[in-house]
Amino acid sequence: MRIAIIGFGAVGQGLARVLADTGFTVTAVADSRSACINKDGLDLPEVLARKEESGLCGSAGIGIADILSSGAFDILVEVSPTNAETGEPALSTIRSALAMGKHVVTSNKGPIACAYHELKALADINGVMLGYEATVAGAVPIVSGLRHGLAGNTVRSLHGILNGTCNYILTRMRDEGLTYPQALQEARDLGYAEADPTYDVKGIDAAIKLVILANTLLGMDIRLSDVDITGIDSITLEALSLAESEGATIRLIGEILPERNQVRVSPRVIPLDHPLVVDGTLNAISVCCDLAGPVTFIGKGAGPYPTASAILADLNFIRDSYDRGA
Amino acid sequence: MKLELKDTPGQLLGALKPISDIGGNIITIIHQRDQTTAENTLTVDIVLELPEKKLDALIDALRERGCGVIRVGKERLLQKQSLIMIGHLMHTDLTDTVDRIDQTGFAEVSELHMVMPAIDEPSTAKITIRAISPEDMLHAVRILREVAAQKDILILEPLGGAE
Repeated sequence: MRIAIIGFGAVGQGLARVLADTGFTVTAVADSRSACINKDGLDLPEVLARKEESGLCGSAGIGIADILSSGAFDILVEVSPTNAETGEPALSTIRSALAMGKHVVTSNKGPIACAYHELKALADINGVMLGYEATVAGAVPIVSGLRHGLAGNTVRSLHGILNGTCNYILTRMRDEGLTYPQALQEARDLGYAEADPTYDVKGIDAAIKLVILANTLLGMDIRLSDVDITGIDSITLEALSLAESEGATIRLIGEILPERNQVRVSPRVIPLDHPLVVDGTLNAISVCCDLAGPVTFIGKGAGPYPTASAILADLNFIRDSYDRGA
Repeated sequence: MKLELKDTPGQLLGALKPISDIGGNIITIIHQRDQTTAENTLTVDIVLELPEKKLDALIDALRERGCGVIRVGKERLLQKQSLIMIGHLMHTDLTDTVDRIDQTGFAEVSELHMVMPAIDEPSTAKITIRAISPEDMLHAVRILREVAAQKDILILEPLGGAE
């Protein structure tokens, strides 16, 4: 099947490297300032080299609108950065592609958190799929795990470590006795935290992921403003010591209690032997189901290849479902 | 409670039945055979949870079966939960913070462990609350969260709820 990649940062480039041996043909690539289209398939090593040298993946004269109007793709892969407030411009791009009868796979949390129900309805009307496994917890197959693996269960509660940056900071504060500013600086130096870490350390990133899980898998209809959010930026070392004295530690936990309609992100005191206590930048999600009981997923929550893994899973699912015998 | 039973077969089982009939939950039974008394009876210590206001009915039921109830010790606040507070705890009237829980009648602050690293820096405390029932604990924690929001105190709740 033919793929158009919108967004050519770390995730888009990681995906382009992975797709080389998969049988998918990439016919179009766009970054924020340029694009390239070849109906017969692009030479991906050449596109990657050009991006590295010039910062542009293609020609500055063309853009996403040209890719959409060319129609030269079966699946649109949207991997541009998240806009949590409006989901734009990715939301409009995804809407257009679905309306054209094209499948969409995205790692972009904005459109899914802001408009999942609308986009899903649009995909259904047009008989195409909307894949978003990569939006939550990177490589961890939580979306297909809940939708398929645990199908038929009622989820009583969901708790998760959904932000690797916060988990790294809290792990280092506990293990090395670093203060919050020291641990944050270390996370920045290692590239785990952005220059402006607000989005991560204030719990907003984790909250957006909860909105996606709640709306797409747990039958809820909430917005980011419905989530009760507390970040980790005022956690003291003394708090970690007090927790440690009871055999516990502190982690930023996202929580969904569907029956109480309660969704919140907050630092919590958690026993050290709890399955959600994972180290470093790992992500973990525990669901408690009526039939299955507790089930915990753990894995890499970010990075080009873990994210590409989730995107590739969606792409393969679409190919298996829609491209039989082609 | 401490019970006095006749030292004959089936007596202990007979004493336990009224407890389950009344909806009680037995937590531990301490039964030491060598502590028989001159009257050929033995004593058994039972720790149990009972629904509110069922204690008198249970004592009557036990007496009807010939079990003597020697002593009843009541612990009202069975639920226990520890939370961590971070903020300017002293300067935001710690007494008032604790009073808001104590005044409820269904929950109390039973322990407070505070660390104050430096003047003008936020202090950190572990606060332990006891409450009658799990619902009362949820209510008490909700009150603490409201007070904390007013006083700009961060509350860290445990994952997994009350003990």
